[in-house]
Amino acid sequence: MSEIALVNNPNVGLDKTQKGGPYVNELSTLNLGPTHPATHGIFQNILTMDGETIVDAEQTVGYIHRAFEKIAERRPFYQITTLTDRMNYCSAPINNMGWHMTVEKLLGIEVPKRAQYMRVIMMELARLTDHIVCNSILAVDTGALTGFLYVYQWREFIYEIYEEMCGARLTTNMGRFGGMERDFTPVAIEKIKKILKELPAALKEFEGLVMRNRIFMDRTQNVGGISAERALNYGFTGPNLRAAGVDYDVRSLNPYSSYEDFEFDVPVGTKGDTYDRFLVREEEMWQSLRIIQQALDNLPEGPYHADAPHYYLPDKQDVYHNMEALIYHFKIVMGEIDAPVGEVYHSVEGGNGELGFHLVSDGGRTPYRLKFRRPGFIYYQAFPEMIKGTTLSDAIVTMSSMNVIAGELDT
Amino acid sequence: MNAKIIEALQAQFGEDGVYGIGESHGILQVTTAVENIVPMIHFLYAHPVFKFQFLTDLAGIHFPEAKGQELGVIYHLHSLENNVRLWIKVYAPIEAPNFPTITDLFATANWMEREAFDFYGIIFEGHPNLIRILNMDDMDYHPMRKEYPLEDATRNDKIDELFGR
Repeated sequence: MSEIALVNNPNVGLDKTQKGGPYVNELSTLNLGPTHPATHGIFQNILTMDGETIVDAEQTVGYIHRAFEKIAERRPFYQITTLTDRMNYCSAPINNMGWHMTVEKLLGIEVPKRAQYMRVIMMELARLTDHIVCNSILAVDTGALTGFLYVYQWREFIYEIYEEMCGARLTTNMGRFGGMERDFTPVAIEKIKKILKELPAALKEFEGLVMRNRIFMDRTQNVGGISAERALNYGFTGPNLRAAGVDYDVRSLNPYSSYEDFEFDVPVGTKGDTYDRFLVREEEMWQSLRIIQQALDNLPEGPYHADAPHYYLPDKQDVYHNMEALIYHFKIVMGEIDAPVGEVYHSVEGGNGELGFHLVSDGGRTPYRLKFRRPGFIYYQAFPEMIKGTTLSDAIVTMSSMNVIAGELDT
Repeated sequence: MNAKIIEALQAQFGEDGVYGIGESHGILQVTTAVENIVPMIHFLYAHPVFKFQFLTDLAGIHFPEAKGQELGVIYHLHSLENNVRLWIKVYAPIEAPNFPTITDLFATANWMEREAFDFYGIIFEGHPNLIRILNMDDMDYHPMRKEYPLEDATRNDKIDELFGR
Protein backbone atom coordinates (compact mmCIF):
# COMPACT_ATOMS: atom_id res chain seq x y z
CA MET A 1 0.00 0.00 0.00
CA SER A 2 2.69 2.43 0.93
CA GLU A 3 4.54 1.54 -2.25
CA ILE A 4 1.64 2.60 -4.46
CA ALA A 5 1.35 5.94 -2.66
CA LEU A 6 5.00 6.59 -3.25
CA VAL A 7 4.69 5.90 -6.96
CA ASN A 8 1.74 8.27 -7.32
CA ASN A 9 3.44 11.01 -5.36
CA PRO A 10 7.09 10.80 -6.26
CA ASN A 11 7.90 13.99 -4.42
CA VAL A 12 6.89 12.60 -1.04
CA GLY A 13 9.86 12.39 1.25
CA LEU A 14 12.29 14.00 -1.17
CA ASP A 15 14.24 17.04 -0.17
CA LYS A 16 13.48 19.50 -2.95
CA THR A 17 16.36 21.76 -2.13
CA GLN A 18 18.84 18.96 -2.67
CA LYS A 19 21.01 19.89 -5.62
CA GLY A 20 21.13 17.55 -8.58
CA GLY A 21 18.14 15.60 -7.37
CA PRO A 22 15.70 14.24 -9.93
CA TYR A 23 12.78 16.51 -8.99
CA VAL A 24 14.45 19.87 -8.56
CA ASN A 25 12.76 22.75 -10.41
CA GLU A 26 10.14 20.59 -11.96
CA LEU A 27 7.07 22.59 -12.94
CA SER A 28 3.61 21.13 -12.75
CA THR A 29 0.33 22.12 -14.35
CA LEU A 30 -2.80 22.72 -12.35
CA ASN A 31 -6.20 23.24 -13.87
CA LEU A 32 -8.26 25.82 -11.97
CA GLY A 33 -11.73 25.80 -13.45
CA PRO A 34 -13.68 26.12 -15.71
CA THR A 35 -16.20 25.00 -13.11
CA HIS A 36 -14.51 25.45 -9.81
CA PRO A 37 -16.55 26.65 -6.82
CA ALA A 38 -13.93 29.23 -5.89
CA THR A 39 -13.96 31.04 -9.22
CA HIS A 40 -17.65 32.13 -8.90
CA GLY A 41 -18.27 31.74 -12.57
CA ILE A 42 -17.00 29.84 -15.53
CA PHE A 43 -13.36 30.75 -15.95
CA GLN A 44 -10.52 28.44 -16.74
CA ASN A 45 -7.01 29.14 -15.55
CA ILE A 46 -4.28 26.71 -16.43
CA LEU A 47 -1.67 27.42 -13.79
CA THR A 48 1.96 26.51 -14.07
CA MET A 49 3.15 25.78 -10.56
CA ASP A 50 6.57 25.47 -9.07
CA GLY A 51 5.68 23.58 -5.93
CA GLU A 52 3.14 25.86 -4.28
CA THR A 53 4.16 28.97 -6.18
CA ILE A 54 2.34 30.10 -9.30
CA VAL A 55 4.73 30.74 -12.16
CA ASP A 56 2.28 31.54 -14.91
CA ALA A 57 -1.39 31.35 -15.76
CA GLU A 58 -3.12 30.77 -19.05
CA GLN A 59 -6.68 32.11 -19.13
CA THR A 60 -9.57 30.83 -21.17
CA VAL A 61 -12.78 32.85 -21.28
CA GLY A 62 -15.93 32.78 -23.35
CA TYR A 63 -17.72 29.79 -21.85
CA ILE A 64 -21.00 31.68 -21.61
CA HIS A 65 -20.59 33.87 -24.67
CA ARG A 66 -24.09 34.65 -25.98
CA ALA A 67 -23.26 36.97 -28.91
CA PHE A 68 -25.05 40.00 -27.45
CA GLU A 69 -23.40 42.43 -29.82
CA LYS A 70 -24.55 40.41 -32.82
CA ILE A 71 -28.07 39.93 -31.46
CA ALA A 72 -28.28 43.67 -30.77
CA GLU A 73 -27.82 44.38 -34.47
CA ARG A 74 -31.17 42.75 -35.21
CA ARG A 75 -33.21 44.05 -32.30
CA PRO A 76 -35.17 47.27 -31.84
CA PHE A 77 -33.60 49.48 -29.20
CA TYR A 78 -36.00 48.69 -26.39
CA GLN A 79 -35.41 44.95 -26.77
CA ILE A 80 -31.70 45.42 -26.14
CA THR A 81 -32.38 46.40 -22.52
CA THR A 82 -33.00 42.75 -21.71
CA LEU A 83 -29.57 41.89 -23.08
CA THR A 84 -27.89 44.40 -20.80
CA ASP A 85 -29.54 42.77 -17.75
CA ARG A 86 -27.58 39.67 -18.39
CA MET A 87 -24.16 41.27 -18.46
CA ASN A 88 -23.35 42.18 -14.88
CA TYR A 89 -26.26 40.38 -13.28
CA CYS A 90 -25.17 41.46 -9.80
CA SER A 91 -26.12 45.05 -10.62
CA ALA A 92 -28.51 44.79 -13.53
CA PRO A 93 -30.28 48.17 -13.02
CA ILE A 94 -27.03 50.05 -13.63
CA ASN A 95 -26.68 48.31 -16.98
CA ASN A 96 -30.30 49.09 -17.87
CA MET A 97 -30.00 52.76 -16.95
CA GLY A 98 -26.68 53.08 -18.78
CA TRP A 99 -28.27 51.74 -21.93
CA HIS A 100 -31.33 53.99 -21.58
CA MET A 101 -29.10 57.03 -21.14
CA THR A 102 -27.10 56.09 -24.23
CA VAL A 103 -30.22 55.93 -26.37
CA GLU A 104 -31.59 59.12 -24.81
CA LYS A 105 -28.35 60.83 -25.80
CA LEU A 106 -28.82 59.64 -29.37
CA LEU A 107 -32.48 60.66 -29.48
CA GLY A 108 -31.92 63.93 -27.62
CA ILE A 109 -34.48 63.24 -24.90
CA GLU A 110 -34.31 65.38 -21.77
CA VAL A 111 -35.22 63.31 -18.74
CA PRO A 112 -37.15 65.07 -15.94
CA LYS A 113 -35.37 65.63 -12.66
CA ARG A 114 -37.54 63.26 -10.68
CA ALA A 115 -36.77 60.39 -13.04
CA GLN A 116 -33.07 61.17 -12.81
CA TYR A 117 -33.17 61.05 -9.02
CA MET A 118 -35.15 57.83 -9.11
CA ARG A 119 -32.53 56.36 -11.38
CA VAL A 120 -29.78 57.44 -9.02
CA ILE A 121 -31.54 55.69 -6.15
CA MET A 122 -31.96 52.47 -8.11
CA MET A 123 -28.39 52.57 -9.40
CA GLU A 124 -26.96 53.09 -5.94
CA LEU A 125 -29.07 50.25 -4.59
CA ALA A 126 -27.65 48.12 -7.37
CA ARG A 127 -24.14 49.18 -6.43
CA LEU A 128 -24.89 48.14 -2.86
CA THR A 129 -25.96 44.66 -3.96
CA ASP A 130 -22.92 44.34 -6.18
CA HIS A 131 -20.48 45.28 -3.44
CA ILE A 132 -22.31 43.20 -0.83
CA VAL A 133 -21.89 40.16 -3.06
CA CYS A 134 -18.23 40.85 -3.80
CA ASN A 135 -17.11 41.65 -0.28
CA SER A 136 -19.09 39.07 1.60
CA ILE A 137 -18.07 36.32 -0.80
CA LEU A 138 -14.48 37.43 -0.43
CA ALA A 139 -14.90 36.89 3.29
CA VAL A 140 -16.38 33.45 2.59
CA ASP A 141 -13.41 32.59 0.41
CA THR A 142 -11.12 33.32 3.31
CA GLY A 143 -13.24 31.15 5.58
CA ALA A 144 -15.56 33.62 7.29
CA LEU A 145 -19.14 32.58 6.55
CA THR A 146 -20.91 34.45 9.34
CA GLY A 147 -20.50 38.00 8.03
CA PHE A 148 -21.82 36.92 4.67
CA LEU A 149 -25.09 35.82 6.26
CA TYR A 150 -25.57 39.15 8.03
CA VAL A 151 -25.33 41.29 4.90
CA TYR A 152 -26.75 38.92 2.32
CA GLN A 153 -30.27 39.21 3.71
CA TRP A 154 -30.11 42.92 2.80
CA ARG A 155 -29.23 42.10 -0.75
CA GLU A 156 -32.34 39.97 -0.73
CA PHE A 157 -34.27 42.94 0.63
CA ILE A 158 -32.96 45.22 -2.14
CA TYR A 159 -34.21 42.63 -4.63
CA GLU A 160 -37.64 43.10 -3.09
CA ILE A 161 -37.37 46.80 -3.92
CA TYR A 162 -36.54 45.88 -7.51
CA GLU A 163 -39.59 43.65 -7.50
CA GLU A 164 -41.71 46.55 -6.29
CA MET A 165 -40.31 48.80 -9.03
CA CYS A 166 -40.30 46.49 -12.04
CA GLY A 167 -41.62 43.09 -11.07
CA ALA A 168 -38.35 41.25 -11.54
CA ARG A 169 -35.49 40.50 -9.23
CA LEU A 170 -32.33 39.50 -11.06
CA THR A 171 -32.77 40.45 -14.71
CA THR A 172 -34.66 43.59 -14.01
CA ASN A 173 -35.31 45.33 -17.36
CA MET A 174 -35.99 48.43 -15.29
CA GLY A 175 -36.87 51.83 -16.71
CA ARG A 176 -37.70 53.00 -20.19
CA PHE A 177 -36.19 55.40 -22.68
CA GLY A 178 -37.16 58.74 -21.19
CA GLY A 179 -37.57 57.78 -17.57
CA MET A 180 -38.99 55.09 -15.36
CA GLU A 181 -41.92 52.84 -16.16
CA ARG A 182 -43.70 53.67 -12.91
CA ASP A 183 -43.38 56.06 -10.04
CA PHE A 184 -42.17 55.02 -6.61
CA THR A 185 -44.99 53.29 -4.82
CA PRO A 186 -45.43 54.02 -1.10
CA VAL A 187 -44.19 50.48 -0.41
CA ALA A 188 -41.02 51.11 -2.39
CA ILE A 189 -40.35 54.34 -0.51
CA GLU A 190 -40.99 52.52 2.76
CA LYS A 191 -38.55 49.78 1.85
CA ILE A 192 -35.84 52.19 0.74
CA LYS A 193 -36.23 54.01 4.05
CA LYS A 194 -35.89 50.72 5.85
CA ILE A 195 -32.65 49.98 3.97
CA LEU A 196 -31.27 53.39 4.93
CA LYS A 197 -32.21 52.80 8.54
CA GLU A 198 -31.15 49.21 9.05
CA LEU A 199 -28.45 48.34 6.54
CA PRO A 200 -25.81 50.46 8.33
CA ALA A 201 -26.12 48.29 11.44
CA ALA A 202 -25.63 45.11 9.40
CA LEU A 203 -22.70 46.65 7.53
CA LYS A 204 -21.09 47.70 10.79
CA GLU A 205 -21.52 44.22 12.16
CA PHE A 206 -19.98 42.75 9.01
CA GLU A 207 -17.05 45.15 9.16
CA GLY A 208 -16.58 44.41 12.83
CA LEU A 209 -16.31 40.73 12.05
CA VAL A 210 -14.04 40.99 9.04
CA MET A 211 -12.23 44.26 8.57
CA ARG A 212 -9.75 44.10 11.47
CA ASN A 213 -9.79 40.34 11.68
CA ARG A 214 -6.23 39.08 11.92
CA ILE A 215 -6.81 36.05 9.73
CA PHE A 216 -8.61 38.06 7.08
CA MET A 217 -5.88 40.70 7.05
CA ASP A 218 -3.15 38.09 6.75
CA ARG A 219 -4.94 36.46 3.87
CA THR A 220 -5.57 39.66 1.92
CA GLN A 221 -2.88 42.23 2.68
CA ASN A 222 -0.11 42.42 0.08
CA VAL A 223 -1.91 39.80 -1.98
CA GLY A 224 -2.70 40.36 -5.64
CA GLY A 225 -1.47 43.94 -5.64
CA ILE A 226 -1.07 46.09 -8.72
CA SER A 227 0.54 49.50 -9.07
CA ALA A 228 -1.40 52.52 -10.29
CA GLU A 229 0.68 52.69 -13.50
CA ARG A 230 0.08 49.06 -14.39
CA ALA A 231 -3.59 49.32 -13.47
CA LEU A 232 -4.06 52.27 -15.83
CA ASN A 233 -2.10 50.53 -18.54
CA TYR A 234 -4.36 47.52 -18.15
CA GLY A 235 -7.44 49.72 -18.46
CA PHE A 236 -8.65 49.14 -14.90
CA THR A 237 -11.65 51.17 -13.81
CA GLY A 238 -13.94 51.24 -10.83
CA PRO A 239 -13.06 50.01 -7.34
CA ASN A 240 -10.11 47.99 -8.60
CA LEU A 241 -8.46 51.08 -10.06
CA ARG A 242 -9.32 53.22 -7.07
CA ALA A 243 -7.77 50.64 -4.76
CA ALA A 244 -4.52 51.23 -6.64
CA GLY A 245 -4.77 54.93 -5.82
CA VAL A 246 -6.32 56.57 -8.89
CA ASP A 247 -9.47 58.55 -8.11
CA TYR A 248 -11.18 57.98 -11.44
CA ASP A 249 -14.91 57.66 -10.95
CA VAL A 250 -17.27 58.28 -13.86
CA ARG A 251 -19.87 59.65 -11.45
CA SER A 252 -17.63 62.54 -10.44
CA LEU A 253 -15.58 63.05 -13.61
CA ASN A 254 -18.44 62.89 -16.12
CA PRO A 255 -21.59 63.23 -14.03
CA TYR A 256 -24.73 61.74 -15.56
CA SER A 257 -28.29 61.55 -14.28
CA SER A 258 -27.76 64.50 -11.87
CA TYR A 259 -24.89 62.97 -9.92
CA GLU A 260 -23.47 66.48 -9.71
CA ASP A 261 -26.27 67.33 -7.25
CA PHE A 262 -25.05 64.91 -4.62
CA GLU A 263 -22.22 65.07 -2.18
CA PHE A 264 -20.14 61.95 -1.95
CA ASP A 265 -16.52 60.95 -1.55
CA VAL A 266 -14.47 58.80 -3.87
CA PRO A 267 -12.45 56.46 -1.66
CA VAL A 268 -9.00 55.41 -2.87
CA GLY A 269 -6.51 52.83 -1.68
CA THR A 270 -2.73 52.92 -1.73
CA LYS A 271 -1.41 49.51 -2.67
CA GLY A 272 -4.04 48.06 -4.96
CA ASP A 273 -4.01 44.76 -3.10
CA THR A 274 -6.92 42.58 -2.14
CA TYR A 275 -7.38 44.26 1.22
CA ASP A 276 -7.49 47.71 -0.41
CA ARG A 277 -10.08 46.55 -2.90
CA PHE A 278 -12.15 45.26 0.00
CA LEU A 279 -11.84 48.55 1.88
CA VAL A 280 -12.69 50.66 -1.17
CA ARG A 281 -15.85 48.62 -1.77
CA GLU A 282 -16.83 48.90 1.89
CA GLU A 283 -16.46 52.67 1.83
CA GLU A 284 -18.35 52.89 -1.45
CA MET A 285 -21.30 51.20 0.18
CA TRP A 286 -21.38 53.92 2.85
CA GLN A 287 -21.17 56.55 0.13
CA SER A 288 -24.00 54.87 -1.77
CA LEU A 289 -26.16 55.03 1.32
CA ARG A 290 -25.28 58.70 1.61
CA ILE A 291 -26.30 59.35 -2.00
CA ILE A 292 -29.58 57.46 -1.61
CA GLN A 293 -30.38 59.48 1.52
CA GLN A 294 -29.75 62.76 -0.30
CA ALA A 295 -31.73 61.69 -3.36
CA LEU A 296 -34.67 60.56 -1.26
CA ASP A 297 -34.67 63.73 0.84
CA ASN A 298 -34.57 66.00 -2.20
CA LEU A 299 -36.70 63.89 -4.52
CA PRO A 300 -38.30 66.49 -6.81
CA GLU A 301 -41.99 66.47 -7.59
CA GLY A 302 -43.08 66.13 -11.17
CA PRO A 303 -43.38 63.55 -13.91
CA TYR A 304 -41.34 60.37 -13.73
CA HIS A 305 -40.78 60.15 -17.46
CA ALA A 306 -40.14 62.46 -20.36
CA ASP A 307 -42.84 63.48 -22.79
CA ALA A 308 -41.46 61.46 -25.66
CA PRO A 309 -44.41 59.56 -27.13
CA HIS A 310 -42.41 58.07 -29.99
CA TYR A 311 -40.16 56.18 -27.64
CA TYR A 312 -41.85 55.95 -24.24
CA LEU A 313 -44.39 53.17 -24.00
CA PRO A 314 -47.78 54.72 -23.07
CA ASP A 315 -49.84 53.66 -20.09
CA LYS A 316 -52.02 50.65 -20.70
CA GLN A 317 -55.03 52.74 -19.65
CA ASP A 318 -54.38 55.15 -22.51
CA VAL A 319 -53.75 52.41 -25.03
CA TYR A 320 -57.35 51.25 -24.64
CA HIS A 321 -58.95 54.68 -24.64
CA ASN A 322 -56.74 56.92 -26.73
CA MET A 323 -56.08 56.52 -30.45
CA GLU A 324 -52.61 58.12 -30.47
CA ALA A 325 -51.47 56.04 -27.55
CA LEU A 326 -52.63 52.89 -29.32
CA ILE A 327 -50.68 53.83 -32.45
CA TYR A 328 -47.53 54.62 -30.52
CA HIS A 329 -47.88 51.47 -28.48
CA PHE A 330 -48.12 49.42 -31.65
CA LYS A 331 -45.21 51.17 -33.32
CA ILE A 332 -42.93 50.86 -30.31
CA VAL A 333 -43.74 47.23 -29.63
CA MET A 334 -43.32 46.26 -33.27
CA GLY A 335 -40.03 48.12 -33.39
CA GLU A 336 -41.21 50.50 -36.08
CA ILE A 337 -39.52 53.59 -34.72
CA ASP A 338 -36.42 54.70 -36.60
CA ALA A 339 -33.60 56.25 -34.61
CA PRO A 340 -31.64 59.22 -35.95
CA VAL A 341 -28.27 58.75 -37.62
CA GLY A 342 -25.42 59.25 -35.20
CA GLU A 343 -22.69 57.82 -33.08
CA VAL A 344 -22.70 58.12 -29.30
CA TYR A 345 -20.71 56.84 -26.41
CA HIS A 346 -22.09 56.92 -22.92
CA SER A 347 -20.54 55.44 -19.85
CA VAL A 348 -21.79 54.93 -16.34
CA GLU A 349 -20.01 53.84 -13.21
CA GLY A 350 -21.04 50.20 -13.06
CA GLY A 351 -20.43 47.94 -10.12
CA ASN A 352 -17.01 47.07 -11.49
CA GLY A 353 -16.04 50.24 -13.29
CA GLU A 354 -16.69 52.19 -16.42
CA LEU A 355 -19.51 50.47 -18.26
CA GLY A 356 -19.64 52.02 -21.70
CA PHE A 357 -22.00 51.74 -24.65
CA HIS A 358 -20.63 52.69 -28.04
CA LEU A 359 -23.60 52.95 -30.36
CA VAL A 360 -23.41 53.53 -34.09
CA SER A 361 -26.80 54.19 -35.63
CA ASP A 362 -27.38 54.32 -39.38
CA GLY A 363 -30.92 55.61 -39.02
CA GLY A 364 -32.59 52.23 -38.87
CA ARG A 365 -34.68 50.69 -36.14
CA THR A 366 -31.74 48.68 -34.81
CA PRO A 367 -28.19 49.74 -33.99
CA TYR A 368 -25.72 49.38 -36.83
CA ARG A 369 -23.04 48.49 -34.33
CA LEU A 370 -23.19 48.33 -30.57
CA LYS A 371 -20.05 47.79 -28.55
CA PHE A 372 -20.27 47.16 -24.87
CA ARG A 373 -17.25 48.28 -22.91
CA ARG A 374 -17.32 45.73 -20.11
CA PRO A 375 -14.95 46.63 -17.30
CA GLY A 376 -14.61 43.00 -16.21
CA PHE A 377 -13.44 41.85 -19.62
CA ILE A 378 -10.78 44.51 -19.67
CA TYR A 379 -9.25 44.13 -16.24
CA TYR A 380 -9.44 40.36 -15.95
CA GLN A 381 -6.53 40.04 -18.38
CA ALA A 382 -4.23 41.43 -15.68
CA PHE A 383 -4.96 38.42 -13.47
CA PRO A 384 -1.86 36.34 -14.42
CA GLU A 385 0.39 39.29 -13.71
CA MET A 386 -1.25 39.87 -10.35
CA ILE A 387 -0.93 36.30 -9.12
CA LYS A 388 2.56 35.51 -10.35
CA GLY A 389 4.76 34.41 -7.48
CA THR A 390 1.87 33.89 -5.06
CA THR A 391 0.18 30.69 -3.99
CA LEU A 392 -3.06 29.11 -5.12
CA SER A 393 -4.99 30.33 -2.08
CA ASP A 394 -3.82 33.89 -2.83
CA ALA A 395 -4.94 33.53 -6.44
CA ILE A 396 -8.42 32.58 -5.28
CA VAL A 397 -8.87 35.59 -3.00
CA THR A 398 -7.40 37.85 -5.69
CA MET A 399 -9.92 36.66 -8.24
CA SER A 400 -12.72 36.96 -5.73
CA SER A 401 -11.79 40.54 -4.83
CA MET A 402 -11.54 41.59 -8.49
CA ASN A 403 -15.23 40.75 -8.81
CA VAL A 404 -15.04 39.19 -12.24
CA ILE A 405 -18.57 38.42 -13.42
CA ALA A 406 -18.75 35.80 -16.13
CA GLY A 407 -21.86 37.27 -17.75
CA GLU A 408 -20.29 40.67 -18.09
CA LEU A 409 -17.01 39.32 -19.34
CA ASP A 410 -18.41 37.02 -21.99
CA THR A 411 -21.38 39.16 -23.07
CA MET B 1 -9.25 71.52 -26.30
CA ASN B 2 -10.59 69.65 -29.31
CA ALA B 3 -9.41 72.39 -31.70
CA LYS B 4 -5.94 72.25 -30.17
CA ILE B 5 -5.78 68.48 -30.61
CA ILE B 6 -6.70 68.80 -34.28
CA GLU B 7 -4.10 71.51 -34.73
CA ALA B 8 -1.36 69.46 -33.09
CA LEU B 9 -2.29 66.33 -35.05
CA GLN B 10 -2.30 68.20 -38.35
CA ALA B 11 1.05 69.79 -37.55
CA GLN B 12 2.49 66.37 -36.85
CA PHE B 13 0.86 64.26 -39.56
CA GLY B 14 -0.03 66.83 -42.21
CA GLU B 15 -3.45 67.92 -43.43
CA ASP B 16 -3.83 64.72 -45.45
CA GLY B 17 -2.94 62.50 -42.52
CA VAL B 18 -5.90 63.57 -40.39
CA TYR B 19 -9.32 63.66 -41.99
CA GLY B 20 -12.94 62.83 -41.27
CA ILE B 21 -12.83 65.26 -38.39
CA GLY B 22 -16.04 65.53 -36.46
CA GLU B 23 -17.56 65.83 -33.06
CA SER B 24 -20.30 63.70 -31.62
CA HIS B 25 -21.82 64.71 -28.28
CA GLY B 26 -18.56 66.31 -27.22
CA ILE B 27 -16.30 63.47 -28.33
CA LEU B 28 -13.81 64.38 -31.02
CA GLN B 29 -13.29 61.90 -33.82
CA VAL B 30 -10.64 61.73 -36.50
CA THR B 31 -9.81 59.24 -39.22
CA THR B 32 -6.32 58.38 -40.29
CA ALA B 33 -4.43 55.93 -42.46
CA VAL B 34 -3.22 52.55 -41.22
CA GLU B 35 0.44 53.54 -41.31
CA ASN B 36 -0.23 56.57 -39.11
CA ILE B 37 -2.10 54.88 -36.29
CA VAL B 38 0.80 53.73 -34.12
CA PRO B 39 2.79 56.98 -34.44
CA MET B 40 -0.39 58.93 -33.72
CA ILE B 41 -1.24 57.00 -30.56
CA HIS B 42 2.37 57.24 -29.37
CA PHE B 43 2.35 60.98 -30.11
CA LEU B 44 -0.84 61.53 -28.14
CA TYR B 45 0.39 59.32 -25.31
CA ALA B 46 3.66 61.22 -24.92
CA HIS B 47 2.24 64.69 -25.56
CA PRO B 48 2.96 66.92 -22.54
CA VAL B 49 -0.51 68.51 -22.53
CA PHE B 50 -2.95 65.98 -24.00
CA LYS B 51 -1.69 62.83 -22.24
CA PHE B 52 -4.01 60.33 -23.85
CA GLN B 53 -2.75 57.55 -21.64
CA PHE B 54 -5.87 55.49 -21.12
CA LEU B 55 -7.27 53.18 -23.78
CA THR B 56 -10.95 52.95 -22.96
CA ASP B 57 -12.03 50.71 -25.76
CA LEU B 58 -11.19 49.30 -29.12
CA ALA B 59 -14.02 48.30 -31.42
CA GLY B 60 -14.04 46.65 -34.79
CA ILE B 61 -16.67 47.65 -37.34
CA HIS B 62 -17.68 46.42 -40.80
CA PHE B 63 -19.06 48.53 -43.66
CA PRO B 64 -19.61 46.18 -46.62
CA GLU B 65 -20.63 49.09 -48.86
CA ALA B 66 -17.41 51.06 -48.50
CA LYS B 67 -15.22 49.47 -51.13
CA GLY B 68 -11.58 49.27 -50.13
CA GLN B 69 -12.38 50.40 -46.59
CA GLU B 70 -14.66 47.64 -45.39
CA LEU B 71 -13.16 46.87 -42.03
CA GLY B 72 -12.46 49.49 -39.45
CA VAL B 73 -11.10 49.83 -35.96
CA ILE B 74 -12.22 52.56 -33.57
CA TYR B 75 -9.64 53.40 -30.94
CA HIS B 76 -11.23 55.15 -27.98
CA LEU B 77 -8.63 57.10 -26.03
CA HIS B 78 -9.27 58.99 -22.83
CA SER B 79 -7.09 61.66 -21.31
CA LEU B 80 -7.95 61.30 -17.63
CA GLU B 81 -6.03 64.43 -16.71
CA ASN B 82 -7.93 66.70 -19.10
CA ASN B 83 -11.06 64.55 -19.17
CA VAL B 84 -11.12 64.56 -22.96
CA ARG B 85 -12.11 61.59 -25.08
CA LEU B 86 -11.02 60.91 -28.64
CA TRP B 87 -12.01 58.37 -31.28
CA ILE B 88 -9.44 57.51 -33.88
CA LYS B 89 -10.85 55.53 -36.77
CA VAL B 90 -8.82 53.51 -39.21
CA TYR B 91 -10.08 51.52 -42.18
CA ALA B 92 -8.57 48.80 -44.32
CA PRO B 93 -9.80 46.64 -47.24
CA ILE B 94 -11.39 43.33 -46.30
CA GLU B 95 -8.91 41.38 -48.45
CA ALA B 96 -5.99 42.62 -46.36
CA PRO B 97 -7.30 43.68 -42.96
CA ASN B 98 -3.89 44.23 -41.43
CA PHE B 99 -3.42 46.71 -38.64
CA PRO B 100 -0.38 47.22 -36.45
CA THR B 101 -0.75 46.21 -32.81
CA ILE B 102 -0.61 48.68 -29.93
CA THR B 103 -0.07 46.05 -27.25
CA ASP B 104 3.45 47.33 -26.62
CA LEU B 105 1.99 50.64 -25.43
CA PHE B 106 -1.23 49.46 -23.79
CA ALA B 107 -1.31 46.08 -22.07
CA THR B 108 -5.09 46.28 -22.15
CA ALA B 109 -5.10 46.22 -25.97
CA ASN B 110 -4.19 42.54 -25.84
CA TRP B 111 -7.68 41.15 -25.29
CA MET B 112 -9.39 44.01 -27.11
CA GLU B 113 -7.44 43.20 -30.27
CA ARG B 114 -8.10 39.51 -29.83
CA GLU B 115 -11.80 40.29 -29.61
CA ALA B 116 -11.69 42.37 -32.81
CA PHE B 117 -9.83 39.53 -34.50
CA ASP B 118 -12.31 36.98 -33.24
CA PHE B 119 -15.39 38.82 -34.45
CA TYR B 120 -14.14 40.67 -37.53
CA GLY B 121 -11.02 38.84 -38.67
CA ILE B 122 -8.89 41.92 -38.26
CA ILE B 123 -5.21 40.94 -38.18
CA PHE B 124 -3.10 42.85 -35.70
CA GLU B 125 0.49 42.45 -36.81
CA GLY B 126 2.93 41.96 -33.99
CA HIS B 127 0.30 40.87 -31.47
CA PRO B 128 1.85 38.38 -29.02
CA ASN B 129 -1.03 35.89 -29.04
CA LEU B 130 -3.60 36.59 -31.74
CA ILE B 131 -6.10 33.77 -31.21
CA ARG B 132 -9.86 33.67 -30.72
CA ILE B 133 -11.07 34.76 -27.32
CA LEU B 134 -14.84 34.41 -26.90
CA ASN B 135 -15.78 32.06 -29.73
CA MET B 136 -14.65 28.48 -29.99
CA ASP B 137 -11.26 27.83 -31.52
CA ASP B 138 -12.42 25.73 -34.48
CA MET B 139 -14.87 28.32 -35.78
CA ASP B 140 -13.92 29.11 -39.37
CA TYR B 141 -15.57 32.48 -39.88
CA HIS B 142 -15.78 35.85 -38.17
CA PRO B 143 -19.37 36.16 -37.00
CA MET B 144 -19.80 39.92 -36.56
CA ARG B 145 -19.25 40.61 -40.24
CA LYS B 146 -22.40 41.81 -41.91
CA GLU B 147 -22.59 38.93 -44.39
CA TYR B 148 -23.67 36.60 -41.59
CA PRO B 149 -27.31 37.32 -40.87
CA LEU B 150 -28.49 36.55 -37.39
CA GLU B 151 -31.83 35.05 -38.23
CA ASP B 152 -32.93 32.48 -40.75
CA ALA B 153 -32.89 34.16 -44.15
CA THR B 154 -35.97 32.20 -45.25
CA ARG B 155 -38.19 33.84 -42.65
CA ASN B 156 -40.80 35.96 -44.32
CA ASP B 157 -42.65 37.49 -41.38
CA LYS B 158 -40.34 40.47 -41.31
CA ILE B 159 -40.36 41.56 -44.93
CA ASP B 160 -39.95 45.31 -44.99
CA GLU B 161 -42.55 45.72 -47.73
CA LEU B 162 -45.33 44.31 -45.58
CA PHE B 163 -44.65 46.96 -42.98
CA GLY B 164 -44.63 49.84 -45.45
CA ARG B 165 -40.92 50.46 -45.17
